[in-house]
Amino acid sequence: MVTVAPAMSDIRSAAPAVPVAAPPAAARPAIEIDRLDFFYGAAQALHGITLGIPERQVTAFIGPSGCGKTTLLRCLNRMNDLIGIARVAGGQIRFDGVDINDPRVDVIELRKRVGMVFQKSNPFPKSIYDNLTYGLRIQGEKNRARLDEIAERSLRSAALWDEVKDRLQASALGLSGGQQQRLCIARAIAVEPEIILMDEPCSALDPLATAKIEELIHDLKQRFTIVIVTHNMQQAARVSDRTAFFYLGKLVEYAETRTIFTNPANPQTEAYVSGRFG
Amino acid sequence: MNPANSAALRARSTKARWMEWGVFGLLRVATYFVLACAAVVFLDIGIKGGAVVFRRHAPFINIPFLTEAPETLNVFEWEGRKRTMGDREFRTFRAQHAAELKGVQVEAYVYSAGGIFPNIVGTILLVLGSIGLALVLGVLSAIYLSEYAVDGPFIRFVRLSILNLAGVPSIVYGLFGFGFFVILLGWNVSLLAGWFTLAFMVLPVVITASEEALRSVPGGYREGSLALGATKLQAILTNVLPYALPGILTSSVLAIARVAGETAPIMFTTAFVVRDELPWQVKQWTDFFFQGVMALPYHIYVVASKIPQNQYTHDVQYGTAFVFLFTVAAIALTSVVLRTRLRKKYRW
Repeated sequence: MVTVAPAMSDIRSAAPAVPVAAPPAAARPAIEIDRLDFFYGAAQALHGITLGIPERQVTAFIGPSGCGKTTLLRCLNRMNDLIGIARVAGGQIRFDGVDINDPRVDVIELRKRVGMVFQKSNPFPKSIYDNLTYGLRIQGEKNRARLDEIAERSLRSAALWDEVKDRLQASALGLSGGQQQRLCIARAIAVEPEIILMDEPCSALDPLATAKIEELIHDLKQRFTIVIVTHNMQQAARVSDRTAFFYLGKLVEYAETRTIFTNPANPQTEAYVSGRFG
Repeated sequence: MNPANSAALRARSTKARWMEWGVFGLLRVATYFVLACAAVVFLDIGIKGGAVVFRRHAPFINIPFLTEAPETLNVFEWEGRKRTMGDREFRTFRAQHAAELKGVQVEAYVYSAGGIFPNIVGTILLVLGSIGLALVLGVLSAIYLSEYAVDGPFIRFVRLSILNLAGVPSIVYGLFGFGFFVILLGWNVSLLAGWFTLAFMVLPVVITASEEALRSVPGGYREGSLALGATKLQAILTNVLPYALPGILTSSVLAIARVAGETAPIMFTTAFVVRDELPWQVKQWTDFFFQGVMALPYHIYVVASKIPQNQYTHDVQYGTAFVFLFTVAAIALTSVVLRTRLRKKYRW
């Protein structure tokens, strides 16, 4: 099998439901969150969040449990739609200049372009190969050679190829926890999204597996915009370029990661990153 | 060690110990009692029915009993010996020996000769059709209830109705089927009416169990699919339903046993006491759905309570019960095997 890397645009054959502008220049934020208010029923979970997520960088969301960081992450590919009582009450999230909560937006198309990796690794109880090609196959790709090629490329990108190349037809559930999570990352990469959301991807992994994923994140940011929610402040410091600190549903501070950890402007941030609360 | 303490260690008859011994004994007796009852039923049918179905000499199976239709048994004195003869055989015999038979007293016992082939066929047809219907309707409703319906007063009411439906006695289903399918829709006493009546009877079981099976599929698979750009329907079809199938099949095993076994729902809707044509002997294919069939449970009911009892009915009663028991067991076993296979394929 030969690995060829075609242009990313080849993969996105389906026409987007909403006219989108040309891919933004590197300087432009990939996602702009603008005064976002979010409710679970009557309880407000996010208060007027405004932040821009820069393209091809790693942005980390940190904060104590219940601060709204995962809620915000799940707003970015509208996974909160699955929760009946959840609703965006005000503000916008703009992706390619389009408000993703606009009723005309095709949420399926959005999720193809904004992929997600979950806290609890969730490989499907199918073969490794079927996991990798799932996203493409539901989009209607049937060409076996192309599926093979993308499976290999995704596995290589997720640094998993050497470990599983001889057992692609074996069940994905036979992999170790860290391998399963990397398989989930590979599966997300296979549909060539522009953005990858990671919801505490290492919280169930041992330090060695965590190190591998962090290394992977570092490689992936050459090609993808990554947003990562983490409880582990060292992890945020190690992998991210920019860090946003949330507390009680509000964005307290958002800056270069180095600034957040060495010279935060807000005393609350300083207290949190130095471990004095949270 | 203090001698008093070591004596206490060896004591065996404290009150709590006696209590424990008594309660465990009671639990054991209760369980064994059930086992004993089941054993008596199975042994009784197995031994007496087995004697009818199996033969001591080759081919070891009473093939006519499994391949012929029920017929009347004729008993008469012939050349100083008692002869027993099935109706078809007797008619030829009578034609040949008309003169000699004059004045010979012939006793006729209905359904005591021949076999139960049409009944086996009828029961299999009833089970396949009604389970098919119940699974399709039940799984569709279960998918709606577990994946699409938004919980609210109406959906709670729907669930309550389904649960209540499970408690309706089977004779009520029979009468409903008779009033609705047979009379109102004009389907007459037919296979189709029986299928629908039986399907409605087991739908609550199938829906409830299928919904349970769908709910037990981890939410991560749904989210994982959706996050890869699947529509909700794609997620359900590729990543929820396949994993719920073993559970759904488990419920269908229970449903099969009920569908095959119930007499009340079919006695007004589909069952014939006797019918000469076999189900596939129809003039045109649409007639297939609108014909009545003979069925094993109804045949047991008829031979056990609707005909005069004598030494000749005994065999057909036990033989039918035996075949019935093992037909149901065989159908159920098929779905157990299927379930086990699926479980191996999709395990999480």
